[in-house]
Amino acid sequence: MRTPDLIRFARDAATGNPLRSGLLVLAMAIGVAAVVILTALGDGARRYVMNEFSSLGSNLVIVLPGRSQTGGFNPGNAITSTPRDLTVDDAQALLRAPAVKNVAPLAVGTSEISVGGRLREVMIAGTTAEYTQVRKLELAQGRFLASGDWRRGASEAVIGAKVRTEMFGNAPALGQLVRVGDRRFRIVGVLATSGQGLSLNTDELVFVPVSLAQAMFNSNTLFRILIEATGRETIEPAKAQVTEIIKLRHEGEEDVTVITQDAVLATFDKLLGTLTLAVAGIAAISLAVAGILVMNVMLVSVTQRTGEIGLLKALGATGATIRNSFLTEAAMLSLAGAALGYLLGQAGAALIRHLYPTFPAFPPDWAVLAGLFTALFTGILFGVLPARRAARLEPVQALSKR
Amino acid sequence: MTIPSLISLSGIERVFQLGDSEVHALRTLNLSIAAGEYVAVMGPSGSGKSTLLNLLGLLDRPDAGTYRLEGKDVTTLSPEEQARVRSERIGFVFQSFHLVPRLTAAENIALPMTLAGIAPAERSKRVEQALKDYGLANRADHRPDQLSGGQRQRVAIARATIMQPAVILADEPTGNLDRATGEEVMHLLEGLNAQGVTLIVVTHDGALGSRAQRQLLMEDGSLKSDSVAG
Repeated sequence: MRTPDLIRFARDAATGNPLRSGLLVLAMAIGVAAVVILTALGDGARRYVMNEFSSLGSNLVIVLPGRSQTGGFNPGNAITSTPRDLTVDDAQALLRAPAVKNVAPLAVGTSEISVGGRLREVMIAGTTAEYTQVRKLELAQGRFLASGDWRRGASEAVIGAKVRTEMFGNAPALGQLVRVGDRRFRIVGVLATSGQGLSLNTDELVFVPVSLAQAMFNSNTLFRILIEATGRETIEPAKAQVTEIIKLRHEGEEDVTVITQDAVLATFDKLLGTLTLAVAGIAAISLAVAGILVMNVMLVSVTQRTGEIGLLKALGATGATIRNSFLTEAAMLSLAGAALGYLLGQAGAALIRHLYPTFPAFPPDWAVLAGLFTALFTGILFGVLPARRAARLEPVQALSKR
Repeated sequence: MTIPSLISLSGIERVFQLGDSEVHALRTLNLSIAAGEYVAVMGPSGSGKSTLLNLLGLLDRPDAGTYRLEGKDVTTLSPEEQARVRSERIGFVFQSFHLVPRLTAAENIALPMTLAGIAPAERSKRVEQALKDYGLANRADHRPDQLSGGQRQRVAIARATIMQPAVILADEPTGNLDRATGEEVMHLLEGLNAQGVTLIVVTHDGALGSRAQRQLLMEDGSLKSDSVAG
């Protein structure tokens, strides 16, 4: 049988039973649309998070106490495995590095804040004036912590937007005295609402000078040192210089981990990329279900068309011709379903983007291609069994079954 | 020099398994049919005449014996080769027409050529001629459900002859038709026989059978009589 004849024959066979073919195309379309929409959501989430994180502050380098990666043998490791504390002096020393523009130490602890009769447990972040520059924070009211000697600090506090509403409601907060732990602070600024970022939600933080925070928690350890490099291209040199300075200060032992914003982003990118992949996998199950439906429908079709198959055999059709005609039909239906599903999926993703303009719900190209390919593949794969069954029918039995 | 017979069956056996019992549909059948003959196969239901026709049409395989078509042993051919023989040498006409309902009359007639992979230009030329020959020219684009019984059987005959087969096997060709239309259809088939095509008609209708030059009477899987009409 010639290919155009085969295609026309399969098309006529498919359109000869519109309900059956329609349902099959619909099932396949839902499967492909699910892949397209779900991966659009997954990848949209990834892009969304990436956008949010890149607005955290540019050229960020972060120093964490302790090593999270093992290196080669180090004499220091042999003697002690306890990491040295990261101190304010360490942070200040980092300012010597040429690639470093700003340094902000960060000490974190929990305490209670009280004003009037209200009491609330809050995260206290002890830092310095440079923190706003490093993290690109914006203030809604007042000013941030005053710059000056890091070892001394005025009893001033800057509160997050959520803390402000919860503690003061509609009353003015600026200039008010609050009690944090056993100390009194004057509120000099309120941060603008930001959002989630790097495990600390600034909306729920109370910023105080680092020296006071350390005194409050009776420790001289820092939670992090945040560093702003002079430029994007100096992030790596800054990382190396910072590591070197800390190593020198810590008796030659590299007991800190220095990460860059890029590394953090890459981790999240990987994480959410995997999520998208997992979601795509779940959606692919619906494609497999659609494939089984193709098989079922085609099997029923073979049974219904037994007489026709017998006739075709009597008219000289070979088993291969019969098999190809059924396979072509399955492939055409799958293809139609995949195309329809692609359109539905893209429309769905567009609708999501329309409803949530900040959410970049674009299906990734690989997912679309994989979805279409899988649809076609499952359609044909699950079409093989019915097609073979049709091809194997004995003509005389096929003809008598009418 | 003897002319080799078109169809030659020797020692054909066909046994069906029905539950625990074996049914001998055909037992040690020997038969020879020459090219151009007009043969009627008659007999009561279950006498094996339909089984014989299926065997002759290569739709079924015998359990024993040899079947030579145009001097060639066709029982040992592979299914693909048998399909080719059916396509090129054999035309079928069925009692219930067996037209493909979604195809038009012209497409139904063209179906054997389509399956054989004949070029569309050649197909339409032959279909057009066939439509004219069988008085179906104005019915070309009608589907089977828009045709009368006689027209359907004419389409089926046109389809059976479009590949110019050596033999036409007709299974109760008038069984679903009224007397006048049946007469018309038989006339067509006999006309084909007159042009040299071997015609084998299976029927239980004695009147129809008596029109043939040669009558085979089957009973219980065997040939009871083989008479040539005078």
